[in-house]
This record gives sequence, structure tokens and C-alpha cells, in this order.
Amino acid sequence: MQLNSKVPSGPIQGKWEKHRFDMKLVNPANKRRYKVIIVGTGLAGASAGASLAQMGYEVDCFCFQDSARRAHSIAAQGGINAAKNYQNDGDSVYRLFYDTVKGGDFRAREANVYRLAEISASIIDQCVALGVPFAREYSGYLANRSFGGTQVSRTFYARGQTGQQLLLGAYSALSREVALGRAKVNTRSEMVDLVVQGGRARGIIVRDLVTGELTAHSADAVVLATGGYSNVFYLSTNAKGCNATAIWRAHRKGALFANPCFTQIHPTCIPVAGEHQSKLTLMSESLRNDGRIWVPKKKGDTRPAAQIPEAERDYYLERKYPAFGNLVPRDVASRNAKEVCDGGRGVGPGGLGVYLDFAEAIGRLGENVIRERYGNLFEMYDRITAEDPYRQPMRIYPAIHYAMGGLWVDYNLMSNLEGLHVVGEANFSDHGANRLGASALMQGLADGYFVLPYTIGDTLARVSPADRLKPDHPAFTEALDEAKERGRRLLGINGKRTVDSFHRELGKLLWDNCGMARSKESLTEALARIPQIREEFWANVKVPGGASELNQSLEQAGRVADFMELAELLCRDALTREESCGGHFRVEHQTEEGEAQRDDANFSHAAAWEFTGADTAPILHKEPLEFEYVHPAQRSYK
Amino acid sequence: MKLTLRIWRQDGPRDKGKFVAYPVDDVAEDMSFLEMLDVLNERLTLKGERPVAFDSDCREGICGACGFMVSGVAHGPQKLTTACQLFMRHFKDGETVVVEPFRARALPVLKDLIIDRSALDAIVQAGGFISARTGSAPEANAMLIAKPVADRSMDAAACIGCGACIAACPNASAMLFTAAKVSHLGLLPQGQPERRQRALRMVAKMNELGFGGCSNHGECEAACPKGISIDFIARLNRDYLSGSLFEKPEPLSSV
Repeated sequence: MQLNSKVPSGPIQGKWEKHRFDMKLVNPANKRRYKVIIVGTGLAGASAGASLAQMGYEVDCFCFQDSARRAHSIAAQGGINAAKNYQNDGDSVYRLFYDTVKGGDFRAREANVYRLAEISASIIDQCVALGVPFAREYSGYLANRSFGGTQVSRTFYARGQTGQQLLLGAYSALSREVALGRAKVNTRSEMVDLVVQGGRARGIIVRDLVTGELTAHSADAVVLATGGYSNVFYLSTNAKGCNATAIWRAHRKGALFANPCFTQIHPTCIPVAGEHQSKLTLMSESLRNDGRIWVPKKKGDTRPAAQIPEAERDYYLERKYPAFGNLVPRDVASRNAKEVCDGGRGVGPGGLGVYLDFAEAIGRLGENVIRERYGNLFEMYDRITAEDPYRQPMRIYPAIHYAMGGLWVDYNLMSNLEGLHVVGEANFSDHGANRLGASALMQGLADGYFVLPYTIGDTLARVSPADRLKPDHPAFTEALDEAKERGRRLLGINGKRTVDSFHRELGKLLWDNCGMARSKESLTEALARIPQIREEFWANVKVPGGASELNQSLEQAGRVADFMELAELLCRDALTREESCGGHFRVEHQTEEGEAQRDDANFSHAAAWEFTGADTAPILHKEPLEFEYVHPAQRSYK
Repeated sequence: MKLTLRIWRQDGPRDKGKFVAYPVDDVAEDMSFLEMLDVLNERLTLKGERPVAFDSDCREGICGACGFMVSGVAHGPQKLTTACQLFMRHFKDGETVVVEPFRARALPVLKDLIIDRSALDAIVQAGGFISARTGSAPEANAMLIAKPVADRSMDAAACIGCGACIAACPNASAMLFTAAKVSHLGLLPQGQPERRQRALRMVAKMNELGFGGCSNHGECEAACPKGISIDFIARLNRDYLSGSLFEKPEPLSSV
């Protein structure tokens, strides 16, 4: 299979402009004849749904939540980047492009990233027009803050709820289209399979989560906007319902899965409290601006923080990275936390935590200033842990947060399957091996508002609505039968372990062996263990209830079954990528100073995997990455 | 600690439903309420019983998916807290805790603690938006918005759509929910052109769906996990009144 990225020729500044002209258009009178299915209603899905419906296409949206407004984009706290240069600090489209390529450790496609930076300013305009109440200065102009270690202030925000407000904006635009009858939103509806016929995506199979009914939906194009797969680790900052089923089912039907090993770990999350832990909560990265990270110098020191004298504390980030100190990038901060905890110096229950201490900042700036900056975060921490961070240091530990990997897409955001587009976190995206803070919201909305609405026209203009398959076509009835059979199988095992117990076991294995630090040994072990867990799952899982009812255990069982297969691909990709870059750290590949060491000669490519069967090895296809504008360099934070 | 949970069990929308008592003997203080239900469900599953169905997603208090009555109070005894952020340290050993779904005619029970909140989506679809076609937006800083106005708008926009206000209201009114959306958009300059029509349409939809009227009990504000102020209801009333006086309800148009 030849991967064609379809990146337009010419200078990077003109590629998108040129491409928009070169793409085919659908005649305005014909648009209503075309039907587009969108799965997922987060930032990417809702913004695409609203925009496509406005253009005149018939849009059919599906989400597993009870309302489109609850998609996990809603939980994003920090902000959204845009190259507006409102602060007159030298920001530009080129600088945002440069920062994103470099931040991604040179594993993203330059042309895509440039387009993202180019579009970023229009996103802010659109969101303001829709009524997103961004933070303002007293002058009435939009406020910005700096975020994620960049040297310019380009992040727009709405208190600590930026994701919520952006999503409600897109959701309200989509709601209007529903009222006008141009879009439909099917809630509590989970895509359980993709239907492919003649090399083209033809539609999807959906399970109604209330009645259990399976139905076939046919369309001229299918858009997956189903988010990331961080929940393969069981404990992550993702919502409980986030799952990889839509993209995994598409992968099984032929869509290539790119860079699954690029997963991001966020350094500042609230540590695990016990076996009952169901998910992890992120504390905004901004806390590192004023908090100092430390652990006791002595192993196994169980004294309360206040009783550990200054001389017996190790401010390890400040010690090792005098220039950046506590503000080193996410991956560096995370790895160092793991290292001190592995060395027996972690704090709190289980020794899996480090202190984030505000005593010095409170002394210097006063409690009021700290309250103003972080009040809501301190409150949230207090609520969860019953510890007052104004009086004692916070305890934090890294957690899985975002998946840079996803389905492979070309410049048109189309997968290798004709008619299957993938947007937002679900695609392998523009973040390379590491995503910068406040860039996920930007990418989701760029894809949905301003990229897909044009590129999907190029896809649709090449097909005729008359060729759309009827939902009773054998391709659909076969897929329906398969989905039914799969449900029957899961319900019929009636074993001795719950779905959750398998998910936890799989997640822990992945976290230990393919988490912050990965080695040939740990990955080989995981690759041997995962098929065993999977085999036990299919022989010993207990799924109560029936198929024709609201059955949350059955929903979860289907998702975990897919995670079991994805986990294996994730480890295989990590094992194959014999270098360290961004969120992927192979202990065999580090500099003398312990930093990630890329191998540009051999791994400057996107690794796109082709499914060949659950028990057979996938085939690797490589899309070479060329860097004409931003030249790869070694990161250094000393 | 040991707790007795009296949980509402209902097989489906047409089932009558009943309370069933479940003793839980080893509740840890740092569990969230939902994590305690997870633990109970694991045990029920292994015993061959049907686990308790409840909605939840982000478990960070922002998505609005979770929510039920905990001993008669929406989202439980902690102020400004969703059920997912309610921790067991706030309960006493030996306590009996009654867990039942949010109840309102317009939000029917689907199963156990899960309710159908699609009526809230319908209210938003009736007018809870600003009609701004993708691509038509002017430069963001071309329109200045005073900081106090933007902040006030954000206070209203913080609504998570959980339905607690409706469950807490003796009339099962959706006024606080509707008022929050009308105020969020109506406070902003870009929301002005559709301001009165928005209020008219959303209130009409609310009435049509079987929500009750507002009689100023204030239970909604007390139950709201995001602290949305009842003042916004006054603002909705004003927009509705001026809409009724000066404009006729018009159907939504695509142009």
C-alpha cells in the first residue's frame, strides 16, 4: 500500500490557499442530496456537524452520551492557542507553526501544522461570534495568558472551563441546525462497526444504548470524531465513557492506525487514593508557575511535609534543570517524578506522589494572590483529598492524558479508506510525538469548523448520492449480524470476572510496561501478557443482563474487548520505534543527561499499521516526514 | 465505615420501581459516591445480580452526566458539588443513605438512576444559540465587551445541564436552566439581535415539554452544583416580558 499524504506542492505559506482552489466543489443545489454521518459530538464533531449542515448537507450525528454537550472536550481546562498577536509580543502564524512542530519533537507533518496555525485566528473569531465568554481585560479586549512553556502569550481562556465554553458554543450551533431540520443528533447511540464496501466507507452500525437495538446507517461519507484512546490505560484523565471502539472497528475494516505509541502523560494529576480509584483528575499545569516540586532526600521518609527541614528536601527539578526548573516540559517533569518514586522517595499512600509546594510563593506573594490565581484548583484539590494546599503541599503524580496517535489521515483528513474522514484527537493529528498545552482545542475546532467542511466536498464531489447503498444491502446486513453475534458471545461467556477487573489488569500492565518509560524488555513482556489477558477475557468475563435493554456492562465489555487489541498494537509500535521522542521514551535511547534521543535517520516517519487479524502481526507502512522549514534539533532544558 | 444504601431500582420506563436496601460494609473515606457505587456494582455482578444503572462520565464535575437524589437532596449534602465529586468522608458510620433518580414529569426514568434529559436539549434547540454561520464572524477584537459583562455572562454560562435545579424545584420547573442560557447569550452584544425571540421560543418550548412554572422557592439555586444565581430568572422574565410586549413569536429561519 502506498501512503499518499496529498500535501499540495509549493511554498508552505500558500499550500492551503492553493489546495482550497484546487479541490472540487459540490454544487449548492446538490448538497442536500448528500448525507454525512458524524460519530462523536465533541469539539471536532459538533463544529463539523454545525458547519456541514449550514452548508446544506444532510448531517446525521451520533454520540454515546445522553446529550451532545457532554462529550469529553468539555473537561479541558486551560485554553486555546491562536496566533492573534494581540499581546504584541512577536507571535505569528509562523511562530505557532514552529513551536508546534518543535514541541511535537519533529514527528508531525509540516504542511498540516502550518495550516492549523494559519486557521487558528479564525477559530477565535468564530467562537466569539457564537457567544463564547472568553476572559476580557478591563478595556473590553480579549485577554491572553502564556501556557505550556511558550515564550509568547497566545492562549485564550474562559476561566478554568475553556473546553466547556467552546463545546457549548459548537453544541449551540449544532442545536440550531437540528431545529432547522438540517442535522439530526442521535444520543445514547454507540457506533459498534464501520461498513466498508468496494474500498469505501458506506456507513455504520449503531447500538441504541437504551433499547439495545442494532441499526444500519448508510451515508455518502463517514466522519469519525470520537476522541482519543487514553482509557486503554484504565486510569487516565479521560472521562469514563471515552473509548476507542469507533476507531478500532474502522482499523479492523482497513483504516491504518498511526503512531499508537505516542501517548501523552500529564505531570500534575492527583495521585491514586486506593484500589477503588475510577479515574484520575488533572490539576492545571499552570500550578507549576508558582509551585515548587520536591521529595524527601531520604528514602522511606514518612514524616509529614512540614516536619521535613529544608536541608532534607530535594527540589529535584530545580537541581537538575537550573534554567527551566519546575517549568520543564510535561514529559521531562513526568519522567523525573517516576524516577524519584521508583527510587523509594515518593510521598503519600503507596509512595506514588511528589510534593508541589506553594509555601514559598504564598510567603513571597501573599495568600490572596495565590488564591486569585489558583483558587478554584485549590478548592478542587481540597474537595478530593481533604487536604488544604494553602497549609500543606499538594501531592501530584503523572497520569495519561492525551493520545497523539490515531487513525492515519491525509492532508484532507481522510483515512486510507475512501469516504472515511477522521477529525480531532481521533486522527494521528498535528501534534507529532507530543502535544503542547492549549493545542488540542485548537486542532479539534480547526478540523471541524475550517478544514473538513472544504475537504469533504472534494470527497463527495467524486461520488453520486445515487450510489449510496441501501441499509438493507448485504454489506450492512452482514455487519449487523456480526455485531449481534459479538454481543451474544460476550453475554454468553458467563465467567467469573467482571469487565472492570480485566480493564484494570490491562491498564496496569500498560502503565507499568508501556507508560512513562519503555524498554525492549518491558514491551516484550507486555506483548506476551496481553494475548493471555485477552484470551482469559473471552473465556472468563461475566457480563450480566441481556442484549435488548440498557446494559452498561455490555457497553463496557465491547469497549474493553477493543482496548485489548489496541493495547497490543500500542506496545508493538513502541517496541518498533527504536528511539525516544516526545511522549515516547525508550530507556535504551537517551542522551548522557537522560534526555530523549531521537533517531532522525531511521525514524523520521509516521508509522501507520495495517490490521491483518487479531492474532496475526500487523503490517507497518511508513509515511516519511520531511522538514523543509523547521530543522530537527535536540531539545535541551538545562 | 458501614452504610446502608436504599437504592431506587426500576427495570425500565414502564416498570413501577421500588427501593432495595444494600448494606456496604467497607466504604473508604476517600472514595467518591460513584466509586462506592462502582464497588457495589462489582459485587452485585459477581453475585449474579443486576448492577445499579447510573450515568456518569467526566467524574470531575463538569460534564453534567451524573446526578441523583442523595437522601432527598440533589447531588447530596455538599454545597456546590456534583455527585461524582461527593466524597464518602461526609457520611457517618452506620448511616442509611437513600439514593433515587431526579424526578420530574419532563425527565422520565429510563432505568434505576438514569433519566432521560433530552427535554433540556430540546429547550436549547428552540433558541439557545446565536445564529452565526461558520466563516461569517468578524475579527474577535472588533467588538469590545466590558469585563464585568463578560464575567457575568460566564457566571450564567457555567451551567452544566445536569437537571438538579429541576429535581429540586417543587414545580419541576426548568426556569434556572433556561434562564442561565438566555442570560449567558443575552448579556453579550453578539446575542442582542435574537434576545427577545430567544426568550419567547425557549419559554414556549419549556412549557410545551411539561416543565412547571417558577414560584420563587429558590431551591434551584441551592441545589445547583455550579452556584448559578436565581437573579438570572429575573433577567429571563424581563426578556420574556419585553418580547411579549414588543415582538411576535417568529419561526426560526435559516437565513
